Amino acid sequence: MSHIHIDIEHVSFSYEKERRILDDISMHAGEHDSIGLVGANGVGKSTLLKLLVGLHLGFSGEIRVEEIPVQKETLSQVREKIGYVFQDSDSQLFMSTAYEDIAFAPRNYGLPEAEVQHRVKSALEAVGITYLQDRQTYKMSGGEKKLVSIATILSMTPDIILMDEPSVALDPRNRRNLIRILNSFEHLKIIASHDLDMILDTCERTILMANGKIIRDGATEDILSDKELLEAHGLELPLCMQRR
Amino acid sequence: MSKINNAIYEIHHIDQIASRDQWMNQIHPLVKLCLTIIYIAVTVSFSKYDIVGLSAMAVYLFIAFHLAELSFRDALRRLRVVLPIVCVVGIANPFFDRVPVAIGVFHVNAGVLSMLTLMMKGVFAVLASYILIATTTIEKICYALRLLHIPTILVTQILLTYRYITLLLGEVNRITQAYALRAPNQKGIHFKVWGSLTGQLLLRSIDRANDVYDSMTLRGYHGEFRYVGEKYRLRSQDALYFIVWIALFALFRKIPILIVIGNLVGGLFA
Repeated sequence: MSHIHIDIEHVSFSYEKERRILDDISMHAGEHDSIGLVGANGVGKSTLLKLLVGLHLGFSGEIRVEEIPVQKETLSQVREKIGYVFQDSDSQLFMSTAYEDIAFAPRNYGLPEAEVQHRVKSALEAVGITYLQDRQTYKMSGGEKKLVSIATILSMTPDIILMDEPSVALDPRNRRNLIRILNSFEHLKIIASHDLDMILDTCERTILMANGKIIRDGATEDILSDKELLEAHGLELPLCMQRR
Repeated sequence: MSKINNAIYEIHHIDQIASRDQWMNQIHPLVKLCLTIIYIAVTVSFSKYDIVGLSAMAVYLFIAFHLAELSFRDALRRLRVVLPIVCVVGIANPFFDRVPVAIGVFHVNAGVLSMLTLMMKGVFAVLASYILIATTTIEKICYALRLLHIPTILVTQILLTYRYITLLLGEVNRITQAYALRAPNQKGIHFKVWGSLTGQLLLRSIDRANDVYDSMTLRGYHGEFRYVGEKYRLRSQDALYFIVWIALFALFRKIPILIVIGNLVGGLFA
């Protein structure tokens, strides 16, 4: 087995006792996997992603990231391997300029400044936003903020990328650019989204969730073309398939 | 533009001018921070009647404003809320201190003199602080505070409070706009909804603050901000800038430089 992988075994989680958000979830994700996490609102997609980086810890079952169990004592090691892109870029960007924000993680990991500069430059080049380096983050458009958010995690050189609704609030051109960038990553990536067309363009594997459970896990083409399955769980065919 | 929008704009604008690639902005943050603290300390140390000696301290402000290419008018406009408060501090002095004092050929009430001195001290201190924040980003100021061994927890509080102010103002703006759009004939917000609006604001702000904190911890934050790197090492020109100003402050404090210059100029024409 490749060293880059995630294992989730019988994970259940709830914010309140009465209502389970995740119910006995098990899955394995390997190196180079690109997985789309789809489902109607409130099925637990974002919660599952947050569990993987230890933002919520009160779960039952086991989550292992590259054989490191996700628990309070190992959070630092786990988070060094995973880059998490928030749905709302304004929550992700808190320093004054793009450079400072992208340099935040490498500096926290104690890298020398020359290496920090190299990492920032590489991250900016990877998403094609070198020109934004010294721009104030508050002045950026939604698309630019999203790209800077992605660069902030790339500077950590993570093995795994998790994204929560990355295409939300992007115009068509920025969305297309995002898809191109996502396809250029060779990382293990898990993308939670309602944008099924984007999932179709970026992920080979899709996991359909409903009521906190995994309903189907398989090839994206198969799941996203199954009209009955999607409609039974509050989704619709991707727009590109509706036209056929 | 609404008042809140205006406030957000002003904060971002200060951030922007502090990030300029300008000579004064490149001075080491520790030098600027220490100079500001020493300047304020020297300024407030003048006697309450020593208005002439105190006036010499304005030299730093004029030169620093010029070097930093800052607009004095903009500074006064931005500080229009603070300056009157600073000025009000000594307003009662003329009523309690009525002893006449001679300044050259003029005789004035000592209370008026001490009021003017107090006002000048306040205004000078505020303007010196403005020069610091307009030429130094909050990250660099916090970095300098850490170099002075101010506890991490305190410095992080300062940095995050500064960052959260804009988040809080943004939330206030969204809530008040949503309210105004559905209450077009009202001026302000009706007191009956103050409670729920404040509650909403608190909850939303906590959520936003949590998200930002999560984002920080996911990127390796463990309670110690690593603000800047090696590029802010102390250079010889930083040290020279510091030494020159400290020498001038000492000179201004020890010698009534304006009187000396006045006598010299007077002597030339005598």
